Amino acid sequence: MSDSSYSGSHRADEHPDERPGGDPAPARDFTRVSSSRIHTLEGERPYLDVVDLKVHFPTDDGVVRAVDGLSFSIEKGQTIGIVGESGSGKSVTSQAILGLHRGTRAQVSGSIYLDGQELLEIDDEELRRLRGNKMAMIFQDPLSAMHPYYTVGNQIVEGIRVHHSDMSKAAAKSRALDLLARVGIPNPAKRVDQYPHEFSGGMRQRAMIALSLANDPSLLIADEPTTALDVTVQAQILDLMRDLQAEFGSAIIMITHDLGVVAEMADDVLVMYGGKKVEYGPVHEVFYGPQMPYTWGLLSSMPRLDRARRDTLDPVPGNPPSLINIPSGCAFHPRCVYRGEVPGDACVSEIPELIDTGSGHHQVRCHMPQERRLEIFANDIKPRL
Amino acid sequence: MSSDHDPIKPAAGVSEMGMSGSAGAVELAEDEIQGAEARGEILGRTQRQIAWARFKRDKVSMAALVGSIIVVLLAVIAPLLEAVGLTNTTQGNPALVPEEGSLPSGAFGGMSTSHWLGVQPGSGKDLLSLILAGMTTSLQVAVFATAIAIVLGTLFGLIAGFAGGKIDWLISRFMDLVLSFPQVLMLLSLQLVLVAIIANVMGMSEAAPWPKKLFMIIVLGFFGWPYFARIIRGQVMSLRQREFVEAARSLGAKNGRLYLKELLPHLWAPILVYTSLILPQNISAEAALGFLGVGLNPPAVSLGSILNDSVVYAPSDPAYFLFPGGTVFLMVLAFNLLGDGLRDALDPKADRQ
Repeated sequence: MSDSSYSGSHRADEHPDERPGGDPAPARDFTRVSSSRIHTLEGERPYLDVVDLKVHFPTDDGVVRAVDGLSFSIEKGQTIGIVGESGSGKSVTSQAILGLHRGTRAQVSGSIYLDGQELLEIDDEELRRLRGNKMAMIFQDPLSAMHPYYTVGNQIVEGIRVHHSDMSKAAAKSRALDLLARVGIPNPAKRVDQYPHEFSGGMRQRAMIALSLANDPSLLIADEPTTALDVTVQAQILDLMRDLQAEFGSAIIMITHDLGVVAEMADDVLVMYGGKKVEYGPVHEVFYGPQMPYTWGLLSSMPRLDRARRDTLDPVPGNPPSLINIPSGCAFHPRCVYRGEVPGDACVSEIPELIDTGSGHHQVRCHMPQERRLEIFANDIKPRL
Repeated sequence: MSSDHDPIKPAAGVSEMGMSGSAGAVELAEDEIQGAEARGEILGRTQRQIAWARFKRDKVSMAALVGSIIVVLLAVIAPLLEAVGLTNTTQGNPALVPEEGSLPSGAFGGMSTSHWLGVQPGSGKDLLSLILAGMTTSLQVAVFATAIAIVLGTLFGLIAGFAGGKIDWLISRFMDLVLSFPQVLMLLSLQLVLVAIIANVMGMSEAAPWPKKLFMIIVLGFFGWPYFARIIRGQVMSLRQREFVEAARSLGAKNGRLYLKELLPHLWAPILVYTSLILPQNISAEAALGFLGVGLNPPAVSLGSILNDSVVYAPSDPAYFLFPGGTVFLMVLAFNLLGDGLRDALDPKADRQ
């Protein structure tokens, strides 16, 4: 695929490959019959099914392709980790699922099915009813995500009552108390009437989690939930999220650039680069047998406590690509040290397809032949990890 | 998850006890905070307390506050004083204006113990009574006009800033349109027609004070809001990018909640400051309008109508001009300084020594 043809509908023929084990995405005119139409294949479709999602922002300098043809899916009770550098489109993906781009200039296309319902097609009011109810988001910085003028309890009560207007204030408040206790906040009866700034960082993130759990959402999107916390508190918050998932069976999308968090929490990993999925698969496959040079770079740039200390880490050279001028061919090629492995400069001229590696639903987007990737990993990468 | 054994200190906890790691200890730490409060130690203060402390420290602002309160009090009690007969704006004393051209006898416009600021030339009415009644009118007009400007400005600013897109474009162009009207000329040229319409709607005579007051209120309010709407719009545009707004949306908050409960509380500072800045502007605007002849028909008075009347006497009876003029000056000065003080106190980044 040449760079000049890089836009528009030709990618539609690509996305069926991106959907491991799932039914092929139906043609658009088939899915777009009516607004809140439940898909006919409900039951077979994964709980959350994102198909060929594109989020483009038109700007004066050109179109920012923040997310460009992303597909993934999760079932209830599962966790998917989305990793990548800053600006790889992780957070934009989560905002698109919640429909937070509505009313902005962002162009969102593709399909997002939650429990069989097409989220991009339903109207604003229906979407509003889903937000905070069926799907909720945990933000990175709870201090800026919670309203500074209202008490934590007040915010939780409002969060409950916006979806359960029949619930009395007293009932909602007692539920808020339960939630605060459930997320491990000591003395909730007192804490419930305090303001976010009176909480410590870890407590605040717990309160944020309580807020997002207010209506038992079955899809929880955690956008770097532990980045602003110190390591001991991180572990507590991750424990808490795991417990809550076991209890409520929610699906969790964990967005992070901390590979340790993903290894800890996720069932599947999705590595994003330049708005695209470059590697995807079960955690153990991707972490113990990564096949994409970018993932190798990510893994070897991570300090490890359980290995002998080396003098230096190996950062991925260069900078993340501009999403306005995404490099031609493989978006990673300007930073890829294995470019010479591919004959005819295909890395520069052709966008690599997602290829099934054959183990699990592990997929890789790379021009190198699989034998060569395995060989490089075994000889060069693995010893250095 | 060992939820009850969290080693994190409560945010405001100053005690070592908070570290010991049980819910009981956290409670103890919080008791200690309350103890510290009782002993007057360093504690968290609310935004309002901080702003008030800053405001109190500034002597000029405090003087302006006292002055503004006095102005408002005088304006409020003026009708009562009139009712109980302490002041009198309707009955003049012709005996005090016997001189040629009906100038008051005696120095400084006929100042005396019974007429502290002298009397009005021609009628012999007590000038202090007239000024007090004029303050009531001026403040009525200024306050209501300000209220209209603030409410409209906040409403349209909020909507334009938050909705963005076409709605923002429409509101912004409408604001440009309003601002591009030559306000004073409009006032003068429209007054006859509009006052007649208002009087008709209210079922009053055109000569009654309220139709004219209402006309001034509506016009000043209508031409005043776009300035404020622009300020609010800018604030909202930066606020709506903040994460708590996104978080509220992600929890399914309705638009009404976003406007009123997420955004509006952050706008109190500009609303307060702008109110105290355009109130004096409207006071002088009212005076100017009265001066230009839009003012009230006697016996109703406003500061503007007194000034209008006094101009012809300025060379021969300067006191008649100076006292009402000085009143407008002091009122405007007090409210302006109050506004400046509020702005400094409410702005965390304001330059302070």
